[in-house]
Amino acid sequence: MGPEGVSPGTEVDKGRRRFLTLATTGVGAVGAGFVVWPFLASMKPSERAKALGAPVKADIAGVEDGQMLTLAWRGKPVWILKRTPEMIASLDKVKKDLADPDSTVDQQPKYAQNATRSVKPGIMVLVGSCTHLGCSPTFRPDHPAPEILPDWQGGYYCPCHGSKFDLAGRVYKGVPAPINLKVPPYRFDGETTLVIGEDQAAA
Amino acid sequence: MMRAHKLLLAIAGLMLSGSAVAAGHPLPYEYRADTSNLASMQRGARDFMAYCSGCHSMKYLRYNRIGADLQIPEDLLKSNLMFTSAKVGDQIHSAMPADASKAWFGQTPPDLTLETRARGQSWVYSYLRTFYVDGTRPMGVNNLVLPGASMPHVLWELQGWQVKEEAPEGAAEHEGEHHGVPLKLVQPGSLSPDEYEKFVGDIVNFMSYAAEPGKSVRMGVGPKAMVYLLLLLVLCYLLKKEFWRDIKH
Amino acid sequence: MAIVPNPYKTTGFLGWIDDRFPLTKLYRDHLSEYYAPKNFNFWYYFGSLALLVLVNQLISGIILAMHYKPSSAEAFGSVEYIMRDVPWGNVIRYMHSTGASAFFIVVYLHMYRGLIYGSYKKPRELIWVFGCLIFLVLMAEGFCGYVLPWGQMSYWGAQVIISLFGTIPFIGPDIVVWVQGDYIPSDATLNRLFSLHIVALPFVLVGLVVAHLIALHEVGSNNPDGVEIKKHKDPVTHIPLDGIGFHPYYTVKDLVGVAVFLIIFVGVICFAPDGGGYLLEKPNFQEANPMVTPEHITPAWYFGSFYAMLRATPSMFASALPGVIVMFGAVLILFLLPWLDRNPVKSIRYKGNLTKLLTLIFAIDFVMLNYLGMQPTSPTYTLMSRIGTVYYFGFFFSLLFIHNFETSKPVPERVTG
Repeated sequence: MGPEGVSPGTEVDKGRRRFLTLATTGVGAVGAGFVVWPFLASMKPSERAKALGAPVKADIAGVEDGQMLTLAWRGKPVWILKRTPEMIASLDKVKKDLADPDSTVDQQPKYAQNATRSVKPGIMVLVGSCTHLGCSPTFRPDHPAPEILPDWQGGYYCPCHGSKFDLAGRVYKGVPAPINLKVPPYRFDGETTLVIGEDQAAA
Repeated sequence: MMRAHKLLLAIAGLMLSGSAVAAGHPLPYEYRADTSNLASMQRGARDFMAYCSGCHSMKYLRYNRIGADLQIPEDLLKSNLMFTSAKVGDQIHSAMPADASKAWFGQTPPDLTLETRARGQSWVYSYLRTFYVDGTRPMGVNNLVLPGASMPHVLWELQGWQVKEEAPEGAAEHEGEHHGVPLKLVQPGSLSPDEYEKFVGDIVNFMSYAAEPGKSVRMGVGPKAMVYLLLLLVLCYLLKKEFWRDIKH
Repeated sequence: MAIVPNPYKTTGFLGWIDDRFPLTKLYRDHLSEYYAPKNFNFWYYFGSLALLVLVNQLISGIILAMHYKPSSAEAFGSVEYIMRDVPWGNVIRYMHSTGASAFFIVVYLHMYRGLIYGSYKKPRELIWVFGCLIFLVLMAEGFCGYVLPWGQMSYWGAQVIISLFGTIPFIGPDIVVWVQGDYIPSDATLNRLFSLHIVALPFVLVGLVVAHLIALHEVGSNNPDGVEIKKHKDPVTHIPLDGIGFHPYYTVKDLVGVAVFLIIFVGVICFAPDGGGYLLEKPNFQEANPMVTPEHITPAWYFGSFYAMLRATPSMFASALPGVIVMFGAVLILFLLPWLDRNPVKSIRYKGNLTKLLTLIFAIDFVMLNYLGMQPTSPTYTLMSRIGTVYYFGFFFSLLFIHNFETSKPVPERVTG
């Protein structure tokens, strides 16, 4: 410090100085937080993204048994599969090879946490996005298919890293994907119309 | 010299505070929208959707935003404001195909989301109040603030018909002196002039809201920020004074 | 452990860094042991404020660029998207639009400070030149940014400014097409202005600001008395007797300036972001329409003076080139100021009354030109603009000799007050 310009003499009240420094820093930091918040918040989904993520209606009247309908909800593929009785029966056969056959991991709405992971056993709704790294698995109802698995009963096979799922989207043991495919919230609006993205009213 | 600088700043300040940009033709009516009057904006929204949205879009405004900001529940929103097959998250598009409207009116009716910001609230207010009968125009009407307007007088059933009174020689050219709007109501509509004035006010209030739905956010943040910054200023000033006790002059 | 221990004898984590990176050195050289004259007054707040506004523009700009679409079909809509659909988007957009105007206000006051206290004189010529370059880049930034919302004013402003290149003899029209990448300002034009606005120009701007500060810290700050504090140093410590550490003394003082500035700045953002039609012009709330020019087009307010000079200059030899030369000349002559001013006295405090008067009139003249630039033309206004333009240039040339016609006051040895 310049001896003439600056002379921190005896009259300096160090306590007051420290208090003011801390108070200003503290108040300034709070303000900085309030300034940072809008910047961070601006990166959340916008109203447009929310509008595009609105529930989607699907008419499944024209879907044949054993066929699958793919539609987009929140930009991701959603599969609606009409399962045949044979397909439903296959769910039990593969149980021993599955990582989470009873759907204990929270990957489905409460009303779909059952043996068939669906509201109606004949209609399966899944988000078509692999729980490993987000690729969209391929629908492989054909069996036998020894190139996938010697005892393949039909299901989904992920082309990216070889994860396998059964016809209820339950993951097989020993594949990269850790958990079952997600069942989105959905409800029936009449017999043949599904609303994806809206929970069904509590029964 | 210091005094001179203060003078200079004062001049600059005066200049900026002037409303030089607003210079132009004086409008028949002055109006300042009240975007805090919820009931008025709700009526305005209903009336806008009923009378204007058939031809004009508000393509930057979403239905559910109106619902949230003007406190209109979704079922009322759907039954009173939404006349197209739109979803609540959609923006307000007009039901009329653009090429059809172009054929009818000679031009596509403009989008009105930002009309009050682009033209001014008084302009829109004056426009809606100053249609008058003019047989030389294709739609049979003309407008004081937008001469040659191609829009028909959609609100004639409410306002009735006005005719333009010829101003005395020379007086019309006298800018800035509007002793009265040179329009006379010759056939009353279903609303009295006072009711119509209020009706137009409601619509302009709603349109002003629609032009900047985020206004309430910044107006709400403002006073809090001011209080905070004043506190910060006091602290900074005390801190500066404390440190500057070291400096001898 | 570095081979040679660092000279600051710092230890621990800081010591580890100081062995490898001059952190303590930078802190001392530019903050705690950068000795600034103790007599800075009101005019010395604007440098740090300019830095603050620069940071504001960078941060808000980064966020806006995340949501903005630089295409003629989508630009206008994407700005409204930001204003409505993006959480806090309107506040961030107003921060950026108000910040642009604040930048020019702060920089104009900062430049005026330099003018009245002779901060451009030896040995500070390069600080001034870097500053003028910053101003030039800032004008380019302002122009590009003004076009981005793609409203009516954006479009026609781009049309007018780019047409200026058309006045260049022979190759002008080809240059205009090349600059636009089209025959009118279009999608291609908007796209390249966006690129310049968010990448090239900010890059140059930040670099120039660094150069401006390095030059300043090399020679030291001027002060309202225009005396060199380095002339009188403490014989033992070699610290200027009239110098005080920038930190903490000027950091805490600048904080007061920052707080006052923020009150005004945030006030405008929250209560009057349109600025009565000066900060956000009404016609710019209408999407660009190449078929219809708005009734009254004005430049952004911060270009007012230069635009007035452009309009005031009559065409010669069937060419609008003279106006363009005058307008750019008005910016370029600023670069020459250090060599035009031959007065041995730096600060206006000790210059003669004639210079004081002429400097004051210059400031009024500049404000007047700025006002005229935003008004519709009229014969009176054109005459005033012409007188104003002649005075603008005349003032700079008068600095060559005016001191011979006045008596200066004696300059003190040490700073006062």
